Amino acid sequence: MLTIKNLRVAVEGNEILKGINLEIKAGETHAIMGPNGSGKSTLANVLAGKEGYEVLEGEVRFKGKNLLEMPPEERAREGIFLAFQYPVEIPGVSMATFLRTALNAVREHRGEPPVDARTFLNLLREKMQLVEMDEKFLNRSVNEGFSGGEKKRNEILQMAVLDPSLAILDETDSGLDIDALRIVANGVNQLRRKDNAFIVITHYQRLLDYIVPDYVHVLFDGRIVESGDKELALHLEEHGYDWLKKEQTSAQTL
Amino acid sequence: MTDEQEMIEKITKSEYKYGFVTDIETEIAPKGLNEDIIRLISKKKNEPEFMLEWRLKAYRKWLKMKEPHWAFLKYPPIDYQDQYYYAAPKQKKRPKSLDEIDPKIKETFDKLGIPLEEQERLAGVAVDAVMDSVSIATTFKGELEKLGIIFCPISEAIQKYPDLIKKYLGSVVPPGDNFFAALNSAVFSDGSFVYVPKGVRCPMELSTYFRINAANTGQFERTLIIADEGAYVSYLEGCTAPMRDEHQLHAAVVELIAHKDAEIKYSTVQNWYPGDEEGKGGIYNFVTKRGICLGDNSKISWTQVETGSAITWKYPSVILKGDNSEGEFYSVALTNNYQQADTGTKMIHVGKNTRSRIVSKGISAGRSNNSYRGLVKVLPGADNARNFSQCDSLLIGDQCGAHTFPYLEVKNPTAQVEHEATTSKIGEDQIFYLNQRGISTEDAVALVVNGYCKEVFQELPMEFAVEAQKLLEISLEGSVG
Repeated sequence: MLTIKNLRVAVEGNEILKGINLEIKAGETHAIMGPNGSGKSTLANVLAGKEGYEVLEGEVRFKGKNLLEMPPEERAREGIFLAFQYPVEIPGVSMATFLRTALNAVREHRGEPPVDARTFLNLLREKMQLVEMDEKFLNRSVNEGFSGGEKKRNEILQMAVLDPSLAILDETDSGLDIDALRIVANGVNQLRRKDNAFIVITHYQRLLDYIVPDYVHVLFDGRIVESGDKELALHLEEHGYDWLKKEQTSAQTL
Repeated sequence: MTDEQEMIEKITKSEYKYGFVTDIETEIAPKGLNEDIIRLISKKKNEPEFMLEWRLKAYRKWLKMKEPHWAFLKYPPIDYQDQYYYAAPKQKKRPKSLDEIDPKIKETFDKLGIPLEEQERLAGVAVDAVMDSVSIATTFKGELEKLGIIFCPISEAIQKYPDLIKKYLGSVVPPGDNFFAALNSAVFSDGSFVYVPKGVRCPMELSTYFRINAANTGQFERTLIIADEGAYVSYLEGCTAPMRDEHQLHAAVVELIAHKDAEIKYSTVQNWYPGDEEGKGGIYNFVTKRGICLGDNSKISWTQVETGSAITWKYPSVILKGDNSEGEFYSVALTNNYQQADTGTKMIHVGKNTRSRIVSKGISAGRSNNSYRGLVKVLPGADNARNFSQCDSLLIGDQCGAHTFPYLEVKNPTAQVEHEATTSKIGEDQIFYLNQRGISTEDAVALVVNGYCKEVFQELPMEFAVEAQKLLEISLEGSVG
């Protein structure tokens, strides 16, 4: 589904990603872990098409297409979804209007007719149960006055409504208490299918107790330095990132 | 669920949508302004003598006045002798029913999205359609007449209800009030007249579509609305104009009078041709709108959505004379390309316990300049007067300007006046967030801007709110790179 080859990315002249290689197939969930500043969020933003990132080298193909050539809205319509670490507020725009606009944009791209109001409302109700959100949220402005947990649940709701092929969760667990974490993870797990894939970016192993990954990658200083299964996450939890740093330094000096 | 989303999707990438010209023979008086032209206008309209005198007096006042230049607006000098002051579509008799209307005129209204039959049947909106200077059709009249409500072209009211005209015309905006009001008083062509009698609640929204349709014809609309004791009326005014190369002068006057316990709600969606992307052409819109809360417990509410015109000079105001009276001003003013707007309101507190509320949302894009200019004045007798003002500015791009000129004159120590102002830029992170959900940048900007204006839009009647959103979207096309 997604193939990243030797991806090098700079922000304001500083190289942040220094050659990422990653292959993600349908039905898989990949966790990307790593210390602060290792380039986790940069990777998420580059995949989503945020401005301000300069691709120096490399290639990203999504379902066979050159992802880096597409504007962000086209990537989204093709099925890439980014659950934001810091979802923004959009005052005066109701959740219902926002979700319907987004859904219809995606549907149009797929060659499907716009949803009528009734079908849309039923769909929303169903998906809101998934993340235990009250219907009254539909009339509230997007993320305005939402608590941290509500914002993250809202991201998962949007994911459920838009039904992407590849969802990237950028530190969705940050700032969540254990109950909210459980709700969010539960929502994600219910969306996992054979024909979609997830990238779960996190600093902590905690989230991976709930969303169990097929693969774990450790990002350090712009490179994937270690890949493994979920045991790798447990190892990191136990030993921290320091052992990696040491290993890297010794590898470089050799 | 509303259908606003569907409306958003209907937006097409087009030039000014209403830029067409209806090919109807037009009867035009020669260019220029003098007493003979005024006599001609008055005669063409079969006006009684008092009206001609009133016009001539206004004209003589106007001759002694100077065009005001205190607003934050720049435009080349207007040659008032190079304008036409009268144009009428050629029609022998006023049509008795819609079937008698010139098919081409009907077509024009269809293009504007106001098929009269449909409106009559479905929407419950009585339309007093004004094309150029003469009212073409008035619907729903019968139903209104039963309630004693008068809703007709002001030219008709001058002939049929001279006592009401003599009593109220110019009572809120006197002919000598300002340069443009004086000009309007001298040459006004037509407009609407509304009288709602004591205790009557007008059961439908009254609406007028103004339209300029002859090159270089100044539009001098005159509207007068009176709500007698305990009456209620909601009036909608909407404008579109065909695309023209030359500047078109527009100087309207609107007067509202609310007696004791009466309420008038006046909503405008203004979409005069704004000029092209280089700032060529476009309407010069100099408007004097003022209402008076004459009786105790009366209320006047202005809501405006201004997206059009090359130049906008407009300050819908309320004189709060009656005790406990209430004035409101809700405004969205959008400027793009080279448009300039200097708009706001005046709230004059005269009576006791009077309240006013101002919510102004300015949006600047392109190389435009958008100014809010507002006066809150509390006179010595206005005990416990209260005002709340909120003026927000939203900037799109970095070549436009937003300016705020609030004036406060408080002469009563018990008054409470609050003013809040914000200026913000449309957020790249908001646009990216929406992009990431599959929404195009153009639609994303429209969503954010509509959200920003929500407080004002919700004051508009439903069908007008939808229209207003459409206009904002059309007006913003191409403003984001």
